[in-house]
Amino acid sequence: MATTTYQQPSSQGYYGKFGGAYIPEMLHRNVEELQSRYLEIMQDASFQKEFRSLLKDYVGRPTPLYYAKRLSQQHSTNIWLKREDLCHTGAHKINNTVGQILLAERLGKKRIIAETGAGQHGVATATVCALKGVECIVYMGEKDIERQAPNVARMKMLGAKVVPAVSGSKTLKDATNEAIRDWINNPNDTHYIIGSVVGPHPYPDMVAKFQSVISEEIRWQLKEHIGTELPTHVMACVGGGSNAAGTFYHFLDELSVQLIAVEAAGCGVNSGMSAATTQLGKPGILHGSKSLLMQTEDGQVVEPHSISAGLDYPGIGPLHAHLYDSGRGTFLSATDEEALDAVFQLCRLEGIIPALESAHALAALNQLKFKDTDQIVLCLSGRGDKDLATYMKAMEERG
Amino acid sequence: MSRIKELFERKQNNVLNVYCTAGYPELNSTVEVMKALQANGADLIELGMPYSDPLADGPVIQHSSTIALNNGMTIHALFNQLKDSRKEISVPVVLMGYMNPVLQYGFEQFCKDAAAVGVDGLILPDLPEYEFETEFGAVIKQYGLDFIFLVTPETSDERIKKLDSLSSGFLYAVSSSSTTGSDKNMTDVNAYLQKLKSLQLKNPVLVGFGIKDKQTFDAACAHANGAIIGTAFIKSLEGTTDVASTVKSFLNGVLN
Repeated sequence: MATTTYQQPSSQGYYGKFGGAYIPEMLHRNVEELQSRYLEIMQDASFQKEFRSLLKDYVGRPTPLYYAKRLSQQHSTNIWLKREDLCHTGAHKINNTVGQILLAERLGKKRIIAETGAGQHGVATATVCALKGVECIVYMGEKDIERQAPNVARMKMLGAKVVPAVSGSKTLKDATNEAIRDWINNPNDTHYIIGSVVGPHPYPDMVAKFQSVISEEIRWQLKEHIGTELPTHVMACVGGGSNAAGTFYHFLDELSVQLIAVEAAGCGVNSGMSAATTQLGKPGILHGSKSLLMQTEDGQVVEPHSISAGLDYPGIGPLHAHLYDSGRGTFLSATDEEALDAVFQLCRLEGIIPALESAHALAALNQLKFKDTDQIVLCLSGRGDKDLATYMKAMEERG
Repeated sequence: MSRIKELFERKQNNVLNVYCTAGYPELNSTVEVMKALQANGADLIELGMPYSDPLADGPVIQHSSTIALNNGMTIHALFNQLKDSRKEISVPVVLMGYMNPVLQYGFEQFCKDAAAVGVDGLILPDLPEYEFETEFGAVIKQYGLDFIFLVTPETSDERIKKLDSLSSGFLYAVSSSSTTGSDKNMTDVNAYLQKLKSLQLKNPVLVGFGIKDKQTFDAACAHANGAIIGTAFIKSLEGTTDVASTVKSFLNGVLN
């Protein structure tokens, strides 16, 4: 019997009809090198040993799986928070950058480039580059540099060079374009650390595998707590979708587990100011893969909106597009306001200040009906320190 | 015989292909620019279909694309502009662009309409060879369009031969691994072009990226069938009020 697996894309990098490697020839050699070597390198014992040891001693893993008692009471069910916010640098992003810096080292690359939106992936990349003493260049939209000054300062303190992306809309998608152009112009010594499950094959699979430590831990932690590895629901926010991919990964082929992805509705899905890609997008190609993409009728990429810079991306990883398309995943969305409400609620109920991104997943709890026997695991992908300016403004406005 | 094939049967050396962005500098200057290019010695015209996220292009061409998009350029608008252009334009015309706008137009419809308005070939740098072979190549062929792959100094000999065998019209040799508009050393380029020559490819070779004046054009032509000028030409159009004379003086500078 042929079994469908969501975990492994085809040899050409397709999840269903999404994925692939739509890249110009100038990137071919580098991407092909990754395609042919990533699995072998990642499965190598010495790689695994170093990766696991850094995740434990440097990142601070395993992160707790915390039973959120008062939040659970609020929803008359059982809610577990996977505390990725407690990772070094404040979010799950570092799981992937630790993996990719070790991979880059084994590929003999001396120079690291990355894109960043809010700056979390940029900080996580700058961090591992400092750890390894490797040159680090982070591309960041000129607008985001203005909006995210503390993260720009952190990257600089860590020794990274932050280069403003001044083309197009001057935000995350343009920073990604600039990083890809840098890679085209530096084909020999450079590795590009993409921060999400996007980009040409093998990036979506590689990043998902590095992030899969999240669901690997959830399984044994849940077993320790309640005697079963399988929750009824796993939930995560989705921009490009890296924390969701990590949270879903070891449940993808466990069909009893509901996968719930929450996108950023911005000011409302139909407001014209949204980042809810599955609701607003059509199949298209951006940054080297075929996926769902927010675009005009003429195929020009649309600038999304979300209060959360980490979800402010017009596309979505091809794995998620496939989960949506096949019906395996449930895709919900939360508005800017709903996310803010969820931030303040979690602060008061659990004493945890979440990142705006993660708050979108929390906000979606209100849209679901749970049984009191359900076991819901929600990925708290990051902490809210970086969003303090937004929270202070919201407190002022809300009184 | 295709117009491109006819061109290379007639002329094997110093073939000049000039890139211009459709809808730039003005929405309706596309055909005017093409006419001026033809009148002043361009053998082939590569017409760029503007895209919001042109990965393989540098800042100059992206900027011209942004202006063209703001001018209202779309593929539909372009085909409208080209509808009657074959009355005046006899040189081969190749469309260059990115996959996403073409997919939204509908790939087959795009090929059909392009062929109908007199387009001779396509350059879609982000259409990979796997998808070309399994899905899109047959459609392109069905409508009689040539398809031109890119090769770079990083491309292995084996792969160059493969891409040459899939291409028709000509092969686009990126002279260095770079986005359009980068400056790289021409002497490195010579060794690479000589290697291409030694591979005895079935297609003529045009060199692109880094060609900006007579010196670089002549240098490229010494080892290939011709060269492609893009960024330098787009730069020359910036802020011009007289397209015809700007094109004339630019091409004079390259050819004479």
